[in-house]
Amino acid sequence: MSEIKGASVVIFGGGVTGLSAAWWLAREGVDVLVIEKGMIGWEASGRNGGGCSHHHSPLFLEEQRLWPDMDELLGYPTEFSPSRVRLASSEHQMALYGRALSNAKRQGFDSEILDVKQIREFVPLAGENMVGGYFYKFGGHANPHRTLQAYAWAMQDHGGRVMQHCAVTGFQTAGGKVTGVETERGLVACDHLVIAAGPQTGRLSAMLGQEVPVASARCEMIVTEPLPLMPYGGVDGNGLYGRQTLRGNLAYGGGPHEWLDIAGNAAPAKPTTPLMGHIGRRLAELLPKAAHARIIRSWAGVIENTPDGRPVIDRLGSLENVVVATLSSVGFGLSPASGHAIRDLVIDGTCSFADISSFKLSRFDRLEPNWRDLQGWQALAAQEAIAA
Amino acid sequence: MASTIPPDPKSVAGKALQVEERTQLLVIGAGPAGLAAAIEAAGQGLSVVLVDENPVSFKTMGDEVPLHYGQGMSGLARNRNAMLEAFIASEPLIEIAFEAGVDVRLGTACWGVYANGPSVTWLPGLVAGLNDEERSWMLQADHVVVAAGRRDMGLGFPGWEKPGVMGATAAVALASRYGAFAPRRVVVLGSSAEAVSAALALREAGIEIVAIIEQAAEPLGEAGLIATLRGGGTEILTGHVVREALGRDGVEAALVSAIDAAGRVTGAEREIACDGIVLAVGATPVVDLIDALGCKVAFQAERGGYAPLVDADQRTSLRPVFAVGDCAGIWPSKSLDRAVAETEGRRAVAAIIHDLGLDDGRTVPEAVVPDAATHDIDAYRLAWVRASVIEARAEFHVCQCEEVTAREILEVRPPRYLDWQNERRNDRSLAALLGEEPPNPDQIKRLTRAGMGPCQGRRCREQVAGLLALGAAMPLSSIPLAGYRAPVRPLPLSVAGQIPEAPEQAEHWDTWFGMHAQWRPFWDVPEFYTVASNDATGPVASE
Repeated sequence: MSEIKGASVVIFGGGVTGLSAAWWLAREGVDVLVIEKGMIGWEASGRNGGGCSHHHSPLFLEEQRLWPDMDELLGYPTEFSPSRVRLASSEHQMALYGRALSNAKRQGFDSEILDVKQIREFVPLAGENMVGGYFYKFGGHANPHRTLQAYAWAMQDHGGRVMQHCAVTGFQTAGGKVTGVETERGLVACDHLVIAAGPQTGRLSAMLGQEVPVASARCEMIVTEPLPLMPYGGVDGNGLYGRQTLRGNLAYGGGPHEWLDIAGNAAPAKPTTPLMGHIGRRLAELLPKAAHARIIRSWAGVIENTPDGRPVIDRLGSLENVVVATLSSVGFGLSPASGHAIRDLVIDGTCSFADISSFKLSRFDRLEPNWRDLQGWQALAAQEAIAA
Repeated sequence: MASTIPPDPKSVAGKALQVEERTQLLVIGAGPAGLAAAIEAAGQGLSVVLVDENPVSFKTMGDEVPLHYGQGMSGLARNRNAMLEAFIASEPLIEIAFEAGVDVRLGTACWGVYANGPSVTWLPGLVAGLNDEERSWMLQADHVVVAAGRRDMGLGFPGWEKPGVMGATAAVALASRYGAFAPRRVVVLGSSAEAVSAALALREAGIEIVAIIEQAAEPLGEAGLIATLRGGGTEILTGHVVREALGRDGVEAALVSAIDAAGRVTGAEREIACDGIVLAVGATPVVDLIDALGCKVAFQAERGGYAPLVDADQRTSLRPVFAVGDCAGIWPSKSLDRAVAETEGRRAVAAIIHDLGLDDGRTVPEAVVPDAATHDIDAYRLAWVRASVIEARAEFHVCQCEEVTAREILEVRPPRYLDWQNERRNDRSLAALLGEEPPNPDQIKRLTRAGMGPCQGRRCREQVAGLLALGAAMPLSSIPLAGYRAPVRPLPLSVAGQIPEAPEQAEHWDTWFGMHAQWRPFWDVPEFYTVASNDATGPVASE
């Protein structure tokens, strides 16, 4: 096998988590190489809702600390825009959405409860049909693909490298460590390996003797033509997540997902369905003054979830110089912090700024082997095959 | 075993799509190919729904949907009834289709076709999203024949956003079909068979063709037809481009100039008085529905660029889906004789009848084969982009919706509304993005916003591809197709939102995966997770 120039840290996956980690490492002068089987940001990282408000996560404080400075730190625009509004169309929704307020308060962030009159001030496109809402004085939203490209360019500015269109085929190990990565283009030697390969994380970690349990699903979003800018673009609720982009488009998603079986290295197909109309109806309810706005695209993304939907950021037990990372379908907004945590695990062996013990892989030590079946997460075709 | 465990209630499992109507055959597009298919299928006893979005409203035309009308409509286009009458009167097969029992729906658009396949398995079958001005609904069909026609490659130059600059397909439809074309004196860009026949059709409709502008050294079209145009007073200006569309509120003149082989201006500029500039440099199959559905589409020079891969029966890579007429490929003999497209339509129906086991031994028309390519459309289209866009005398917006210039596309600039124009660190190149691979228009689109606007890239996608090819010094055919997405026509939320949903879907609708454990705050997470110990009861709302 021919050898290409190795790196101190090799990262699998040119998504937002892998690229952020690469940027954190490269800015300290670490020799880092990101290997991506397709194009960077071509899966869920580049096509999500762009939210940056994850008050349930141990990475929340770091997420909130970093986002306002990301444009400056990266040197490229992310379209970050602060604060969020969430509107409820029923008292039931209002109660459920209240959790953010208490979670954030506990960590030192304020929110306001909006009445119907305030909703109209904060959200000019809203109508009279929402019963109430919340204004979060934290969080915000950014442009996923632009941010992802910003990580990649910033990382390259610091000497990091990206190798696209290159799939990983195997590993070389010695003395309880990974010493090299076998790729379609040749062998890459490394001192450390980070697996942040989205849906492929499970398969690749299994090849290294300790599988990160994940299942993948397809989700859909829609986007409208541009509308006049509202004072806060991060408006969601009524069963939807999303934002008004700084250009004025309404980009929203929500509703049922489709569990998939991902085979091998191939990029999963990402077709959309008529769910577009059902998202559209809820968006017209959320923002009735935008009901005339025309949908100009819809798209789908494929993302992985762990059994409890929570991230794994941990060192493998089987090989000491391997860090695995999946943010379990909620990775974009947390990426400034997740990259930092990965950097800490690689370099220092422990996270310096947060207690990420809840991200440990060992929490699945007692997991039922047929957890996917038990949770009803089987792909539909597989179910039919079983029934037949 | 798994059947005893209920599927994830927040997933698509068990959420039946609400379909309003069913038919054996859906035909999309009432041109020669679609009509021939519909009439043939109805004659063989199939239930057939034939939809065509035309005539679209004046407002929709104003939005450049589905063609590049360039505000070339006369006031007559506001009269919907007159437009409908003209549409029917100008195509005798429509009346025949009605009589044959085809369920003809004019003014009805198809904005998406969906089928089960990789990553989607919950649909009831092949379904199409339809809409008119007021509402939207789903139709299920056993087979779909797509006859979506053609449109024109956009080609920019300073002033090309002015009313009066339009695509040839739109111009001919307005002039010949509806008698609703405003310009009286036009110049036509391009000299291929398609360009020449557009010019002749416009002349037939009483429009003066002042000049044909062709960047190549010789006209491409048949000499006899070129001579006919010349004989009628049309100036044939080869080795020329339009440098600017002049005029205050609309086109009043085309500023033209001679160019050398590299596309650079050589001679003096000259004004040609006209009130319309018709773009006919590249007739393009309309593959939006076909590509969004997932049928295989490839650059095929002999078919006019990106076109579906079809077999001798016009069948696409998806077995129940067929492509006929211009959307399956454009070549000179097909452009000049509608019988070719009609044959494709009948050929597809013969295959469907065969699929259904209903063959009655009748003669099936012979398979249609494209002409050998008459010119190198790859090099030809790039030459136009080089001469008109790259060598332009001033910057202009290649993407009119999002106001993106050629330089901004090639330098991968963030959009101007972000106000990062003068930030030196944003000086990037295509090569820095991609390494050895050809530039991907979808990636460029996300970073520069070129092609992201309400016209859905209909005016800019081919020239953006051309720019990327020139920027990367690669052939046009190596640039991937910028992906199409449903809805392939802009669809208001209030209209799209009328598609009914299953009660189970409404009941379980959640913002995200609806997993309790996912949103448990980190200070409250148990040490071990098992399915058995997971507390997943009660209401949940994802954040």
